[in-house]
Amino acid sequence: MLGVMAALALVLGYVESLIPTGIPGVKLGLGNLVVLAAMYAISVRGAAAVAAVKIVLGGLLFGSFAGLLYSLAGGAASFLVMLLLKKSERFGLVGVSAAGGVVHNIAQLAVACAVLGGIKLAYMLPLLLVSGVAAGLIVGAAAIPCVKLAEKIAGKGEK
Amino acid sequence: MKKKRILADILLVAGVLAAALIVFLLIPRGGGSTVVVTVDGKEYASLPLDEDAELLIESEGGTNLLIISGGKASVVEADCPNQVCVETGAISSEGQLIVCLPHKVVIEIVD
Repeated sequence: MLGVMAALALVLGYVESLIPTGIPGVKLGLGNLVVLAAMYAISVRGAAAVAAVKIVLGGLLFGSFAGLLYSLAGGAASFLVMLLLKKSERFGLVGVSAAGGVVHNIAQLAVACAVLGGIKLAYMLPLLLVSGVAAGLIVGAAAIPCVKLAEKIAGKGEK
Repeated sequence: MKKKRILADILLVAGVLAAALIVFLLIPRGGGSTVVVTVDGKEYASLPLDEDAELLIESEGGTNLLIISGGKASVVEADCPNQVCVETGAISSEGQLIVCLPHKVVIEIVD
């Protein structure tokens, strides 16, 4: 089950790199769909595994080493925040996803600032905040049926 | 319970959007006059925005071709994998940036 999900996340990550969003550097984060589904329907550990596989393999297969660093920072930070918000049980799936999207972008910007030096990159912060929320909302909404589906499959097959 | 969560979601999103707006408003804007190129955190070149020019930025990662024309600066060619710098298009006012992460190149407009 987890292996299939990791593969699915990888494919989605690749597919979205082919879809232009109109804004350079902005992505939907479709892979997060699978990570969310794993987090809600299976286990936190399973979701972490799916996310890790997606980031490392995705980076090696389709990206560059520098890109891997950004993905890792974004992925790890957004995973932690999503986990915290989910554990707090105060937010719905869509809110958790939106927060994940925003934190993902902030973390990547932070790495960019560290690598490139200077905080002038903060000029890009508003765009990244808004796009992070928007992408998170879309993915969160799309994740609701995915979680149900994953629960169904996981319930029957038990991993 | 479910309603509460939706409310929390909405508040969360509204909070982020408000933060984005505040940061956006805090950014200084207006006419810039100089194009500054930084590679790996070090200043590489500084060019006036009102003079047409062409500069091949050579960095460890590869090259980006910067063109200044008609008061606007843009990267027209780069051998980086993602081409974000090229797709960014032309910049012309203070605070705007073209960034090439793979080459660690930042092109910005300052006053």
